[in-house]
Amino acid sequence: MQRHLISAADLTRDDAVLILDTAEEMARVADRPIKKLPTLRGRTVVNLFFEDSTRTRISFEAAEKRLSADVINFTAKGSSVSKGESLKDTAQTLEAMGVDAVVIRHGASGAPYRLATSGWIDAAVINAGDGTHQHPTQALLDAFTMRRRLVGRDAGIGQDLSGKRITIVGDVLHSRVARSNVDLLHTLGAEVTLVAPPTLVPVGVESWPCEISYDLDSTLSKSDAVMMLRVQRERMNAAFFPTEREYSRRYGLDGDRMAKMPEHAIVMHPGPMVRGMEITAEVADSGRCTVVEQVANGVSIRMAVLYLLLGGNEPAVTHTRPPVSHHHPSNERSAHTISADEEK
Amino acid sequence: MSKILIRGAKVLGGEPQDVLIDGQTIAQVGVGLSADGAEVVEADGKVLLPGLVDLHTHLREPGREDSETVLTGTRAAASGGYTAVFAMANTFPVADTAGVVEQVYRLGQEHGYCDVQPIGAVTVGLEGTKLAELGAMHESAAGVTVFSDDGKCVDDAVIMRRALEYVKAFGGVVAQHAQEPRLTEGAQMNEGVVSAELGLGGWPAVAEESIIARDVLLAEHVGSRVHICHLSTAGSVEIVRWAKSRGIDVTAEVTPHHLLLTDELVRTYNPVYKVNPPLRTERDVMALREALADGTIDIVATDHAPHPHEDKDCEWAAAAMGMVGLETALSVVQQTMVETGLLDWAGVADRMSFKPARIGQAQGHGRPVSAGEPASLTLVDTAYRGAVDPAGFASRSRNTPYEGRELPGRVTHTWLRGKATLVDGKLA
Repeated sequence: MQRHLISAADLTRDDAVLILDTAEEMARVADRPIKKLPTLRGRTVVNLFFEDSTRTRISFEAAEKRLSADVINFTAKGSSVSKGESLKDTAQTLEAMGVDAVVIRHGASGAPYRLATSGWIDAAVINAGDGTHQHPTQALLDAFTMRRRLVGRDAGIGQDLSGKRITIVGDVLHSRVARSNVDLLHTLGAEVTLVAPPTLVPVGVESWPCEISYDLDSTLSKSDAVMMLRVQRERMNAAFFPTEREYSRRYGLDGDRMAKMPEHAIVMHPGPMVRGMEITAEVADSGRCTVVEQVANGVSIRMAVLYLLLGGNEPAVTHTRPPVSHHHPSNERSAHTISADEEK
Repeated sequence: MSKILIRGAKVLGGEPQDVLIDGQTIAQVGVGLSADGAEVVEADGKVLLPGLVDLHTHLREPGREDSETVLTGTRAAASGGYTAVFAMANTFPVADTAGVVEQVYRLGQEHGYCDVQPIGAVTVGLEGTKLAELGAMHESAAGVTVFSDDGKCVDDAVIMRRALEYVKAFGGVVAQHAQEPRLTEGAQMNEGVVSAELGLGGWPAVAEESIIARDVLLAEHVGSRVHICHLSTAGSVEIVRWAKSRGIDVTAEVTPHHLLLTDELVRTYNPVYKVNPPLRTERDVMALREALADGTIDIVATDHAPHPHEDKDCEWAAAAMGMVGLETALSVVQQTMVETGLLDWAGVADRMSFKPARIGQAQGHGRPVSAGEPASLTLVDTAYRGAVDPAGFASRSRNTPYEGRELPGRVTHTWLRGKATLVDGKLA
């Protein structure tokens, strides 16, 4: 794997499992009285946000601080596409400051890839969402949530999602979450079905490693997890669907539909939820809905990614489960790679 | 002006012959011509073509002289073997009045590297709502015969109809940039498998095809002549083929890059591959090559679109659309059409000189290589192989998709009415 995390498609099965296992270890830090590891002490990480996203930024910031990194938040809202030079200029400014990693959120698909490959900077680049392209840490936290719920917190270590059936519902066309999840879940052995009105499915989707359906009801009974995507009300005005009510009737998840899901199946949402349209309050507030867990898991996943990209190249976790309080991930090695070795 | 003897050149790819230039015209074509009093250019094994004519060039002057000027653009043209270029109207100010087109025309004449024939805008300011003074531009010193809002589509069917009708009065032609605007809002690349994966806004083939279909029907209805700019899809080829079989007076062009490159290259997110219309699929590329070979597509035009470095050295969505092409066009055509056996050199002369000159009514260009004709000629070393190095470009901009790529063929000499503009690969 490269030293950057740009796309979920770049992860091998072993890379992905390593990240999930490492995140499981990181999650234990949150249970401690002092939620901090010295792993990235002396390292500088910049959160470079060209697009608003308080949730993702705070999640990364929490992860960085728990690993003791020095954190710089750089918000460049409004300066993205209309002034194309700003990305390069900003990158070079950060480079001059000796930044070790850049967490970038950008409205233009491919901006993190350009940042990582154009020779503008040497820092590791972590994609925190680019346009309608990718959001790999979101996919990882979703997979982590699924593994915990569907395989088990302890039983899941070293495991992937083989045989699990995941349904992703909503605005696939504009969703980086959907793209990232299709790639990662496929890599992890799950079977993915995308459900959306035909207007919200991209032309060319047939090459994706998943099934496509226009009918939500027929997929529910076969789903281990149903992931609802955010649907922006503006899409209605652009004729992607006729009315909010019609969308809700055909693709919204309510209590009746949830009842058709298998007993163990969970409901997921990347947030923020539009209650009443894509998901009813009854579903959102039920015990099967993992939205809040996903947020917590996001911090663990981002800690794992930062650790593996910046901290070291050996697993932070061993499969023999050492006592929590005595275990510290090693940061002795400086190679900027994630490699799956030893017991993999 | 003195005499020049081009010795042993394969005229239009045929048997080696000598060509004697006397002053501005070709004096003799034959075997074993006397070199008496003439400067001799040894052309053993090289191919001699009529000076190339580009029906679609962006020279950027006036307004964007940081990208290109008439001088740098015509020097690039001479380097690529061109003796005439048609300069698109999307300058600042737009070439929508007699004054602007005369200025561009005059600059071309003054610099002397290449004849510059301005294209007039169809509508005022390229805004698509009000016809520009087409007649005044035609009657100006520039003698405009080709009109285009290139960069934008004349998408209003009524305006397009009126333009087609109006230019009949002086034998003009409307060159359409076929792009249905609503279907291409936010478009960043060809809509298909790659755009779906990359999450870049799609530019569907049907946005081009639907406009071409409409325009050939309009041309038929009003009995006028329409030219389709940079046709890029297999479906567009089918529509033009159908229109020609029906007797509709339509001509079409393809760019070198659409004959060679595909949208797979966009996976690099390198904006050097960002162009309008976008790079399409392998299937489209093959259909375009076949259509150029069988004459459905009439000509190759470069759509030479210079942009300064800063407009390309950024994220994809922010980058300008376009590629430079004058200096690499013939090499790309050699690779995609000649070396694949689809076209011989006479065919290249037809698609890159005779026909574009005829469509654009470029006087004194696209003429046979025979005695009494203007001595506007291009000599090509077809055996040459080398990687493209933009540092050597005469164009002010370097946004070529071919940097480092090996392409065959190199223009060694260009003559414009007997005057050498390129000698041994160097500008005169």
